[in-house]
Amino acid sequence: MAHSGINVLFEGSNFARLMGGLWTAVWIAAISLIIGLALGTIFGLLRTLKSRIIRLILLLYLEFFRIVPTIVLLFLVYYILPRQFNVNMPATWMAVLAFSLWVAAEFSDIVRGALESVPKHQRESGLALGLDQWQLFRYVLLPQTVRLELPATINLATRVIKTTSLLMTISIMDVINVGQQIVEANNQSHPTGVFWVYGLIFILYFIVDYPLSLWAKRLTAKQHY
Amino acid sequence: MAEEILKVEHLNKFYGDWQALHDISFDLKKGEVVTLLGPSGSGKSTLIRTLNGLEDFKDGAIYFKGEKVDPSPKTWQGLRQKIGMVFQSYDLFPNLTVMDNILLAPTKVQNRPREEVKKEAMELLERVQLADQADSYPRQLSGGQKQRIAIVRALAMHPELMLFDEVTASLDPEMVRGVLNIVKELSDRDHMTMIIVTHEMNFASQIADKVLFLEDGKILEQTPGKQFFEHPQTERAKEFLSSMDF
Amino acid sequence: MSWTVIQQSLPNFVKGFQLTLWLSLIGIVGSVIVGIITSLIRYFKVPILGKILGAYVEIGRNTPLLIQLFFLYYGFPVLGIKLSAETSGIIGLIFLGGAYMAEGFTGGFNGISKSQIDAGKALGMSPWQMARYVVLPQGLTLSVPAFSANVIFLIKETSIFSVIAIPELTNTALDLIGMYYRSNEYLLVLVIAYAIILIPLIIILDWLERRVRYGSFGD
Repeated sequence: MAHSGINVLFEGSNFARLMGGLWTAVWIAAISLIIGLALGTIFGLLRTLKSRIIRLILLLYLEFFRIVPTIVLLFLVYYILPRQFNVNMPATWMAVLAFSLWVAAEFSDIVRGALESVPKHQRESGLALGLDQWQLFRYVLLPQTVRLELPATINLATRVIKTTSLLMTISIMDVINVGQQIVEANNQSHPTGVFWVYGLIFILYFIVDYPLSLWAKRLTAKQHY
Repeated sequence: MAEEILKVEHLNKFYGDWQALHDISFDLKKGEVVTLLGPSGSGKSTLIRTLNGLEDFKDGAIYFKGEKVDPSPKTWQGLRQKIGMVFQSYDLFPNLTVMDNILLAPTKVQNRPREEVKKEAMELLERVQLADQADSYPRQLSGGQKQRIAIVRALAMHPELMLFDEVTASLDPEMVRGVLNIVKELSDRDHMTMIIVTHEMNFASQIADKVLFLEDGKILEQTPGKQFFEHPQTERAKEFLSSMDF
Repeated sequence: MSWTVIQQSLPNFVKGFQLTLWLSLIGIVGSVIVGIITSLIRYFKVPILGKILGAYVEIGRNTPLLIQLFFLYYGFPVLGIKLSAETSGIIGLIFLGGAYMAEGFTGGFNGISKSQIDAGKALGMSPWQMARYVVLPQGLTLSVPAFSANVIFLIKETSIFSVIAIPELTNTALDLIGMYYRSNEYLLVLVIAYAIILIPLIIILDWLERRVRYGSFGD
């Protein structure tokens, strides 16, 4: 009977362990977002500058992340860093690295789009006041674009959270990896536990992600009316 | 006596708690032209849209050719084939050529043979001097041209009643006359039964057999056209006419 | 970096490449069908079904494909429904992609001006005729940018099939790495393989977007 398997969730420390795994995933998503958004802001700004070389390099950077699936990014970092560059760090930090670079690429495009949508006369009146490029960006352009960028940024955050489901593939003890261990350990006693464990994780992801995407939708709707 | 096309009895309409139309009653005989006049927000557009089922109403009744309209989507869908409507924003379908815009409803909704409708469409296009634009897309036309096509599109359905909702309001001044002339001709030559919402007072005074003057969703005056423009009965109508420089 | 290693792996990669293409194609076609039906039902506010599909779109968009696959592949047999890895993959991808496509089409449908809808109604069109002649042609045109983003997204998502051992591109690379430890070579081929699929596609989709923006929809 399917319902007996539900007990597996509450046996021993199973539930706490799953929550711990979820915390690992959320924590990695949060750090990656902080680093990635900071880096992406700089890249986005650089992409509005006149230098063709910088723009080309950053465009290629963005296209690389547009083409390579995130799971492959994780493997690239996971295999290449230690073997090729002798960089040994915990898998968690490798994931943060891969995610941050990915977020930076995506966010740079959001920032660039928003900056380009600021009317030209805003820029001109800033310069007319004697602001330099950096002051113009910091005090005039950036504040105006934040509101525009917010919905897309929240959507990006929901994607990063969903993508943490891939962490198990590089052996990080995220919620799915923990779930898998619980399923395997209890396979004999609770053969139907697998349904409940993965079902719970499914719901957990929804609970974390849905409020954010609802928020983004509300903001977008507000901007249109 | 001419046949009655439309009769409206004690119509009330609400948006939430706000009453948009108050106790509207009037009738319309075959070949008659009624213009709805009044300041912005007086309910003219709401009323004309209600007559085509684009807005619902709370109580009261609408009779089309003596038959009471059961305000269900199905009924309106059928009635709209007999009631043509032209809008302020033209609303030709941008993905279709002029000809396909005209053919769409007669062939798909009324299931008439394409060749027959096409022949008729060409005649109508010639009448509005746009026969050479049959294969153009709407975006290639001026506002005035689009509006003439929109009129043709409605006429191709063989309507027994035409509704015009501020059809010249988005047009450049030099385009207005061409569109109004077509409407005028529809009345003079074809004796089309029409309800017209407009801000063009000269045009209204020439074409209206009857004027309904609305304010705040109420009919303040319901008089023959000539009388309204020469001897408006209410103070509000006098003020309105002078504010329109008439 | 060894050329011989790459050369010897190519037959495996070609098989993985074909499978990735094939699964992507089925997934995208399925997603478009599910997406159009779902968005139309929601657009015309069909009672009950509209609400159910609204919930489906939110669930599909707010859960990761990987856990959807685990649930289908490992969880469903508990209910007596045993699916092969490929079937689970395709169902999962269409479940996910249908929700994304539906959201994109809904955005397009909502972008049609209300007066266009009125014009269709005023011509006596039935809801079905409205869908066929007004909502779909204009709404689908408006949703081309979302559609092309979703196509690229879904192709990349097929890489996640590797976790349930479907031998597509990523799984092929992982298998080879597991056997021969030549991660540099295999990962390079893997990235190039995705580039071969996606770069031409991105160019075509960009062209389509531009055509739609400046073409027949100019007013």
